[in-house]
Amino acid sequence: MPAILESQNLVKKYGDFTAVKGVTFDIKEGEIFSLLGPNGAGKTTTISMLSTLYTPTSGDATIGGHSITKDPMAVKQVIGVVPQDLALYEDLTAKENLVFWGQMYGLGGKSLNSRVDEVLDQIGLADKAKNRVKTYSGGMKRRVNIGVGLLHKPRLLFMDEPTVGIDPQSRRAILDTVKDLNEQGMTVLYTTHYMEEAQELSDRVGIIDHGELIALGTQDELTKQVGQTETLILHIGENEDPEALAKAIRSVDGVQKADVTDNEVSVITSDAKDILAAVVTQANERGIRIRSMDIREPNLEAVFLNLTGRALRD
Amino acid sequence: MLKLLLIGLKDLKLMFRDRAALLLMLLTPFLLTLGMGLVTGQFSGDNNSGISDIPVVIVNLDNDSLGNALVDIFNSDDLADLVEPASSQDPEAARRQVDEDEVAAAIIIPAGFTQSVIPQGNAAPNEELTIEFYSNPSRPTSAGIVKAILDGFLARLDEMRLGGVTTITQLLASGRIQPQDANQVGEEIGERLQSAAANGNEATAITLNTSTSEEEANEFNALAYFAPGMALMFLMYTVSYGGRSILAEKAEGTLPRLLVSPTNSTQVLGGKVFGIFLMGAAQMLILIGASTLFFGLNWGNTLSVILLVLVAVFGATGWGLLITALARTPAQIGSVGSAVMLIFAMLGGSFIQLDNLPAIIQTIGRITPNAWAMDGFLTLALGGTLTLLSPPILALLTMGILLFLISAALFGRKNLIQK
Repeated sequence: MPAILESQNLVKKYGDFTAVKGVTFDIKEGEIFSLLGPNGAGKTTTISMLSTLYTPTSGDATIGGHSITKDPMAVKQVIGVVPQDLALYEDLTAKENLVFWGQMYGLGGKSLNSRVDEVLDQIGLADKAKNRVKTYSGGMKRRVNIGVGLLHKPRLLFMDEPTVGIDPQSRRAILDTVKDLNEQGMTVLYTTHYMEEAQELSDRVGIIDHGELIALGTQDELTKQVGQTETLILHIGENEDPEALAKAIRSVDGVQKADVTDNEVSVITSDAKDILAAVVTQANERGIRIRSMDIREPNLEAVFLNLTGRALRD
Repeated sequence: MLKLLLIGLKDLKLMFRDRAALLLMLLTPFLLTLGMGLVTGQFSGDNNSGISDIPVVIVNLDNDSLGNALVDIFNSDDLADLVEPASSQDPEAARRQVDEDEVAAAIIIPAGFTQSVIPQGNAAPNEELTIEFYSNPSRPTSAGIVKAILDGFLARLDEMRLGGVTTITQLLASGRIQPQDANQVGEEIGERLQSAAANGNEATAITLNTSTSEEEANEFNALAYFAPGMALMFLMYTVSYGGRSILAEKAEGTLPRLLVSPTNSTQVLGGKVFGIFLMGAAQMLILIGASTLFFGLNWGNTLSVILLVLVAVFGATGWGLLITALARTPAQIGSVGSAVMLIFAMLGGSFIQLDNLPAIIQTIGRITPNAWAMDGFLTLALGGTLTLLSPPILALLTMGILLFLISAALFGRKNLIQK
């Protein structure tokens, strides 16, 4: 598959602060590529540069063969953007919003009207098209937000954390929409800090942290980086000392790593069952009450934890 | 260009869906104008030409033809709705009535006034006496109307006297009368003038006065003054509301979204500016239409009014952009915009006619679109034509262009959109 997007050493600085530190990756035509990273990792800044909203401090990217720095207007014709926050006119109806944004993408006349109707069907709001957006639920607004990005049938769709702050049902609908769009041939760049979404959707994943792309590949390729490991998550009480527990657990045979996130201690080991008894003993000896525990198979969360020593939600 | 228009029209549509904004942009100025009309008695009678029943006291110590003629003018049917004259023979009492705010003005015609203007017989001309006009400072508008009527009468007197002298001179020059007859002919002309005045043939003077009285009345028509005053005051609210929408769109993400569509920043900002202009123009035209319909106001020549509205909105839009360029948040624009609206209304004569304010305020007031536009609207309401509008139109255009350039430079420096 040819690459529709090729990013080369993209850098974005704000004074002394470097938000994105030389990000290089490509996206192949027809794939769903996820940029996975915690809040503040540089996902939105990267997507803002790629969508020509921000000018890179250095580096460049080509999208559909057009440079984002030299030919941004041509790039804009290729891409569709679904921003992280809702970007709609709430006093206009869904249909009026779609018509307006369609006009901004150069659509007009009958083709605009028919495309608006298609998109309304696609996002499941045809029967509520004449209601003002401000009367919609958060999930419905999200769907209109996505619909705007689809109007001109972009070859590459940027979706920046489209499921933040919505109910599980709407989240499910959005993830299904992304998969449907991809099945119809649309390439998607999806940013998220939800490991589950990246796992469910992505053909390939780039893990970004502190402005750097620290891992890139298919999910299999990434999980192999952490080997055949399991993650034991210990949930402890709010008044307990997770650092003390993590320190104690690191001395247990078979424990590769133990890190703290809020009131959780994440333990990476080759076999969680083998260390369970020793871990509980360490907790009891220090008077720390373990409220519950999970055992997780190797996943992107473990990859991130392995690479950064922190959980994705940090 | 098309996208620029579409963005502007979208903003206009959004304005009409914002009930709170509509309340301030349309209903509030309309109600304030209505309130002003009620306070000034605009709706108390059928007369829609201005203030009515102005109390005035006339002290006629002359009791001769000209003094009586002036009293008759004030008691004429033509002025019956406008003034409510009372007679007195005591100048001090009349002045006291003014001081005690019982009347808008006192007119004191001195004894011998007629004789001083038109000497009779072989009497030597007296030293010319003047009519005293004693006005009530707390009723500047009403006093101004009375003064205008008096001035009209005196101007007519001057015309008649000058006409008499000119006639004698021409008769002498043409040899139709001899120099020794000039005095007698002059007396005859004077007698005829007195006779004409005494017989109520001052119709000519009244006609003159009446023809200007409409203009004078319009000039002091409370609604003709307050309607544009209030509309212009709230125009400043509208342009700051429009400017606020630029920063609000940035904060709400629609501005960045516009910029990732195939729309360049010039089209986006141009569209927003066009939107502000459309909002202001729509507001002004609706208010003008409503005041014409409901108050029966005559704003003047329609095309000239529309032209003046467009340049006034252009100048005001410049201020709206400057406020936007200097502010950091939509809330800042809201508070600064409200303050500017009130200050400009005071400095620009939306509440009090600029002529009644100190000279320094009048000068400072010229930075406001309100002052120039008020000049223009009053000129048109008085029947002025497009040629008389040149100063306000040029001033408002210059103001708009300057402010646009300054704002563009500030927007560029702030890098409002791109990061």
